[in-house]
Amino acid sequence: MKINREDMVRVAELAYLDLGEDELEKYRRQIDEILDYIGKLNELDTSGVEPMAQVLANDQAADATMREDLVVPSAVAEDVLRQAPDPEPPYFRVPKVIER
Amino acid sequence: MTTDWTIDGVRTALTEKKISARELTSEFYKRIEARNPELNAFLALSPERARKQADRIDALIAADKPLPALAGVPIAVKDVISTRGIVTTCGSKILKNYVPPYDATAIERLDAAGAIILGKTNCDEFAMGSSNENSAYGAVKNPASTDRVPGGSSGGSAAAVAAGLAVAALGTDTGGSIRQPGSFCGVPAMMGSYGRVSRYGLIAFASSLDRIGPFATSVKDVAAVLGVIAGRDPHDATSTMAAVPDYQKEITKPVKGLRLGVPKEYFGEGMDPAVRQKIEAGLEIYRRLGCELVDIRMPHTDYAIATYYIIATAEASSNLARYDGVRFGLRVDSDSLLAMYRKTRGAGFGDEVKRRIVLGTYVLSAGYYDAYYLKGQKVRALIAKDFRDAFAKVDAIVTPTSPAPAFRIGERSQDPLQMYLADIYTVTGSLAGVPGISVPCGKVCGKLPVGLQIFGAPFAEAGMLQLAYAFEQAGGARV
Repeated sequence: MKINREDMVRVAELAYLDLGEDELEKYRRQIDEILDYIGKLNELDTSGVEPMAQVLANDQAADATMREDLVVPSAVAEDVLRQAPDPEPPYFRVPKVIER
Repeated sequence: MTTDWTIDGVRTALTEKKISARELTSEFYKRIEARNPELNAFLALSPERARKQADRIDALIAADKPLPALAGVPIAVKDVISTRGIVTTCGSKILKNYVPPYDATAIERLDAAGAIILGKTNCDEFAMGSSNENSAYGAVKNPASTDRVPGGSSGGSAAAVAAGLAVAALGTDTGGSIRQPGSFCGVPAMMGSYGRVSRYGLIAFASSLDRIGPFATSVKDVAAVLGVIAGRDPHDATSTMAAVPDYQKEITKPVKGLRLGVPKEYFGEGMDPAVRQKIEAGLEIYRRLGCELVDIRMPHTDYAIATYYIIATAEASSNLARYDGVRFGLRVDSDSLLAMYRKTRGAGFGDEVKRRIVLGTYVLSAGYYDAYYLKGQKVRALIAKDFRDAFAKVDAIVTPTSPAPAFRIGERSQDPLQMYLADIYTVTGSLAGVPGISVPCGKVCGKLPVGLQIFGAPFAEAGMLQLAYAFEQAGGARV
């Protein structure tokens, strides 16, 4: 077994994901099977291989780091707040964060 | 009245005043009304926005002004692409009533080109799936056989085009989500190179893999839509500065003498014999057209699924952290902030999305990062090298799109790993960042479409489309 119940509880905690008992066990079983399958990557010797974090070579990608630092108008706050579950313009309201 | 509309057909009918853009739009809404209750391809319709755009086109025609490239062309858009003023759910309960305040760049460009956005199409939740059964709003049915899945995750877009409910559609492809449903529904479907089409406004699943691309009823129309949506966008730093060729002009060039790589690894066990027979008949067409078929090896193909499900889930676990009940979408109230996050996400996400968030979080977590995520990135580099090595020898690579035709609804939904393995021929190109297209290549069991997949070198979309067009013109769909 690659992943046990404790691992699942820890990961769900990290992901801020409420999982029921049945989900914990079902996903554990399925993910265990997937991790077992993923284990086949260990057949490959990857020492000396540079990890590939992005697709585009430097000469293909846009020169994002070189663009001019311009101020552009943006007046979307009202539209954005309209989508919030509990807006209090110009803020998003959330349950109490700091206990006193 | 024409029933099978193409982009050229729309233009001719409009300029010859056989139909107005407004009438054409209504005609498509009538088709949708008649067929969608059964297919469930559309999740939302946008008649108001569509009619406004149609009136703009009709005004241009009345004034004898030049028409933009896609004037009056009715288009469907996958529900993971942001559309201003049109509900965009990503097939998820967590975004049930979400209305984007802006258009994705691809949508802005379609709009400027005169296309008419009919509405949003059903898909697997956050584009995670290969059958469209993971939508919170119900499965989509395959128009070719309604007891079958349309493929996924862009199943609604593929089904809409195949059933004649839109002339073209946008989908997104992360591991095969355009090409595989294109194959299952029997329509040409392509993803450009990573960086070819701006991802701005595409609601992220796995940012190093996600791509927007077109479905249409012909390769020529696929090329036309790609030409409109492709190109540099300052809003997406990964969009390329490379110029956009005139794809429609390029595709008619002869293919004689081109070298096509046929990788042995894509014809192994697990492939449906009937599919194999069709693909071999398809390869015969290329031989007849004067292409040279070259046996090649892509030795890391067998590791692609494992690599993909590490990288895609890791990126997803990070991207989907934004659904926290604060700024948009669902909130499940609770007395503390953390409990609100957990409950909102637990209630809002569906089964497959939760499974992938957990897996992605796990492979990124302390103690497992090197063994899984870093290992995955290294194998990804080897898979990309397979493609580079191949393109040093051949002009394009030809494979099946999927090892099997469309399966029955419910047939695979209980076993996630079996579902993942269906993506075996498509995830490779996703990881490498190369362009890929699926073109219809006959039918099996008398009704189930098969797709032939062509991979091109990075930013060699024109050559890839040229091969797809030649195949289609030579009768590829009827082999």
